[in-house]
Amino acid sequence: MAEAHPVGFQWVMEAKRKGAKVFHVDPRFTRTSAVADSYLPIRAGTDIALLGGVVRYILDNELDFREYVLSYTNAATIVSEDFSDTEDGDGFFSGFDPETGTYVQDSWQYEGNEGSSGSGHTAKERDSASGLEHESHGAQVDGDTPRDETLQHPRCVYQILKRHFSRYTPEMVERVCGIPQDKFLELAEAWTRNSGRERTGMLIYSVGWTQHSVGVQYIRTGAIIQLLLGNMGRPGGGVMALRGHASIQGSTDIPTLFNLLPGYLPMPHHADHPTFDEWVDSIRHPGQKGFWGNAGSFAASLLKAYWGDAATPENDFCYGYLPRMTGDHGTYQQVLNMIDGKIKGYFLLGQNPAVGSAHGRAQRLGMANLDWLVVRDLFEIESATFWKNGPEVATGEIVPEECRTEVFFLPAASHVEKEGTFTQTQRLLQWREKAVEPPGDARSELWFFYHLGRRLREKLADSKLPRDRALLDLTWDYPTHGPRAEPSAESVLREINGYDVATGRPLSSFAEARADGSTAIGCWIYTGVYADGVNQAARRKSRHEQDWVAAEWGWAWPANRRILYNRASADPDGNPWSERKRYIWWDAEKGEWTGHDVPDFEKTKPPSYRPPPGASGTEGIAGDDPFIMQGDGKGWLYAPSGVLDGPLPTHYEPVESPVRNPLYGQQANPTRKMYAHPVNSVNPSPPEGHSQVFPYVFTVSRLTEHHTAGGMSRTVSPLAELQPEMFVEVSPELAVERGLAHLGWAHLVSGRAVIEARVLVTDRLTPLRIEGRLIHQVWLPYHFGFEGLVTGDSANDLFGISLDPNVLIQESKVGTCDVRPGRRPTGPALLDLVADYQRRAGIGPGHNAPAVTTDSEGRERSDS
Amino acid sequence: MGLRTFIEGWPVYRQLTGTDPLGRGAAAQSARSAGLTARTEDADSVARSVCPYCAVGCGQRVFVRDGQVSQIEGDPDSPISRGRLCPKGSASKSLVTSPLRQTKVRYRRPYSTQWEDLDLDTALDMIADRMLAAREQTWEDVDTQGRPLNRTLGFSSLGGATLDNEENYLIKKLFTAMGALQIENQARI
Ligand code: SF4
Repeated sequence: MAEAHPVGFQWVMEAKRKGAKVFHVDPRFTRTSAVADSYLPIRAGTDIALLGGVVRYILDNELDFREYVLSYTNAATIVSEDFSDTEDGDGFFSGFDPETGTYVQDSWQYEGNEGSSGSGHTAKERDSASGLEHESHGAQVDGDTPRDETLQHPRCVYQILKRHFSRYTPEMVERVCGIPQDKFLELAEAWTRNSGRERTGMLIYSVGWTQHSVGVQYIRTGAIIQLLLGNMGRPGGGVMALRGHASIQGSTDIPTLFNLLPGYLPMPHHADHPTFDEWVDSIRHPGQKGFWGNAGSFAASLLKAYWGDAATPENDFCYGYLPRMTGDHGTYQQVLNMIDGKIKGYFLLGQNPAVGSAHGRAQRLGMANLDWLVVRDLFEIESATFWKNGPEVATGEIVPEECRTEVFFLPAASHVEKEGTFTQTQRLLQWREKAVEPPGDARSELWFFYHLGRRLREKLADSKLPRDRALLDLTWDYPTHGPRAEPSAESVLREINGYDVATGRPLSSFAEARADGSTAIGCWIYTGVYADGVNQAARRKSRHEQDWVAAEWGWAWPANRRILYNRASADPDGNPWSERKRYIWWDAEKGEWTGHDVPDFEKTKPPSYRPPPGASGTEGIAGDDPFIMQGDGKGWLYAPSGVLDGPLPTHYEPVESPVRNPLYGQQANPTRKMYAHPVNSVNPSPPEGHSQVFPYVFTVSRLTEHHTAGGMSRTVSPLAELQPEMFVEVSPELAVERGLAHLGWAHLVSGRAVIEARVLVTDRLTPLRIEGRLIHQVWLPYHFGFEGLVTGDSANDLFGISLDPNVLIQESKVGTCDVRPGRRPTGPALLDLVADYQRRAGIGPGHNAPAVTTDSEGRERSDS
Repeated sequence: MGLRTFIEGWPVYRQLTGTDPLGRGAAAQSARSAGLTARTEDADSVARSVCPYCAVGCGQRVFVRDGQVSQIEGDPDSPISRGRLCPKGSASKSLVTSPLRQTKVRYRRPYSTQWEDLDLDTALDMIADRMLAAREQTWEDVDTQGRPLNRTLGFSSLGGATLDNEENYLIKKLFTAMGALQIENQARI
């Protein structure tokens, strides 16, 4: 965090000054480790084993915050008799379908709800990354569930959790992660001791967690711990994602993503959502408790914002205009389709996949096989010049005279040359004022897309084709200003906020959304950002003039709440858990919730409220159910649906690993998304043979001085000067083993690529003893490419493409490679070296490790 | 220089007689630095902004003089950053004023080995034509069972995490109305 989010880290240092103990878990000793109280080196890709060890420590010693756990989580809920755990299936839960490599979730449900897992089969959910919808709400589950408040029932969640993690002992943590037992116990003890009524602990993660084939389950394990310890919905608690781009949270909320519409509404699927009502019911799930019951209003209001007068209740608000998904349309599938010639055009908007995405060679070969490519950026990034300067030009794989891609480079406006909002990592929207005009041809995306849209509509103005109606009926009339006709960002923000159609009055809250077409809302979770016609995101009341919550700085979704589910900061009766941790509480005299933040609960619903039998929607939420977006109002220790690779997190090895899974016969996540494309050869891992051809683990991360693919830092002289060169960090032990000289050169080989880097021999990396073997890890920054003031080979070239099944994010924080002294070969000799390694490893083009590594009796397969 | 001025020029004299007995402030100031003013003092305007790099969202003040960005500093009012910026945030002025920034449209013809100039308006028109052509060639009305698809998989887009919410909103709205599904950004990566 000190490296990648330095200014955020000042708050960790503040906490440390007040006596907090800081633990840093990382494969490499960084600037964060330097100021932490305790540093735990870990084998990359084993975090579930570590966190699972903490879960076991809590349960075995009964250190959970029992009152919180009983009232606010599903610990007491009883699970179906049909469920069987990974402990009984050698790494498989019940319901696995080897044909599709996905689970049927019926047996995971709560008792009596076995039929309610929705489609039953999750292959479609995986392809459409439907887990992402849950960024704003829980998965569906029926409201009324059997419970055992004594937590003794063998099938209650508490007992299932206990059995599931029973083998994640300190010894096992040491065997899997390489963390000494005393270090582990110090962490577990401090974490639990710093939680409860009087204290809260926070868990912070970044893409070091998300970029794994089990990334979602890493975060789930963290969430389980935080629920057991009562750290959710309370000040100083929570699970905080530190995101890496200025508005990556905003681009998920208002998604430029294939599977979502604004506010986490799903993009319709051709088979599941043929009609508007079926689409809405799939979100609303009739009978379910919670606020998501209003989905119909959010959906109708979005379509009304898109299609204005043309959208009426009679025509289902033009639902028929929406494009339909049929499967996986994600960025990696797209790139493989580009290589196969199926995609004609590509827009890159402030993004540099030639360096920043996994498997850089596949990215560049895909771009070299398009009809046209539009790159909008501040600088001539690698993705704009691959056709003349890319590494494939050197190897002869791309010949400029034979590369057909027509490239348009359009300069973009910088953040000071346009106005608009970024949503930072705590869901906080901050408006930026414009300082100067953009230079030359540089324009904002707002300008580009508004005028592109105008032009497209003009060109089709006379069309009678049904397919052009959606474009021609679109509301696309934003006011413009200035000599360049810049569209008004405020008018777009007003549409995002939503308005009353008849009067144009901006809405104040999403509770005002209607399903009858009388409201139009571009993104319902952002409703309120333009309440009273005032740009709330532009508020800049100084921190010196308000309290520590700082509610008048910017605007946070939803409804300017700074802590989600903050009803949990009070006990079931509505009183603060402790004076010290007072945040939101029930004021019995006034009959309302009050406190330092906007209560995340119906303001006048008393703690004693109990829903009438059969109630659904918001009516079904009891006065002591803080998790109001969940189908049962509870925090989920166990997820009966919504997570595709299991109701509980399980340690699987990374897709590429030198180590056999010490916990189960099943080696890697059996539900991961694999692509058997010829370009995508995955290195072998045990129990497959030849894994020793790629004996070393490599991991990548950021340097303070650079930003992602380097397009905004290798081009900036002060930053380029601070970190001028691509390098690889190796331990002194590995340097001896491989004959590497400090400040000399090394090259790294994977089944995809060879890259070279200067060698930094340092004890910031340490070999770990795993299962009696010494495992070496090397570390690389992933910022380098072939353009800019400082250049170098790209670490992401080394990675193949294997994805998390829930969100289709690639495993690009861990892989295997060989490390060799000296510079890499150049020209065709470089391809020969990769081919030689592939041959020795026995991996043909498109090789993937088998999804299942146990036989039907759960024994290890011997055929490899 | 008179004797008096000479003596007053001595830091130690000023330290003993002035308001700065420790000699860490005014007493130690040279005549040159006393005559300097900060770039921020003579700015024509100040815009309140946010750092464009990571998602911490540090507040920035962008100082403008003669239509140019003259300085970017941390915003001390921000409850998030309390005026601080990291090396990247501090380099924001170098970012936006970098001489490497490309400010002209560049165009590469198929099979060409170099860039050419192109007028922005022409570029916009050519791109619109190519989108419509790709869409027409790849349009899918219905699936094999006659269920609606209303889409094109003929072109893709990647990017958004560095852009404004308002921009992402228009991108998604326009592409969706064109039936273009394959819209992605860094959040997938
Ligand atoms: S100044 Fe540094 S920590 Fe703050 S937002 Fe910018 S990059 Fe992030």
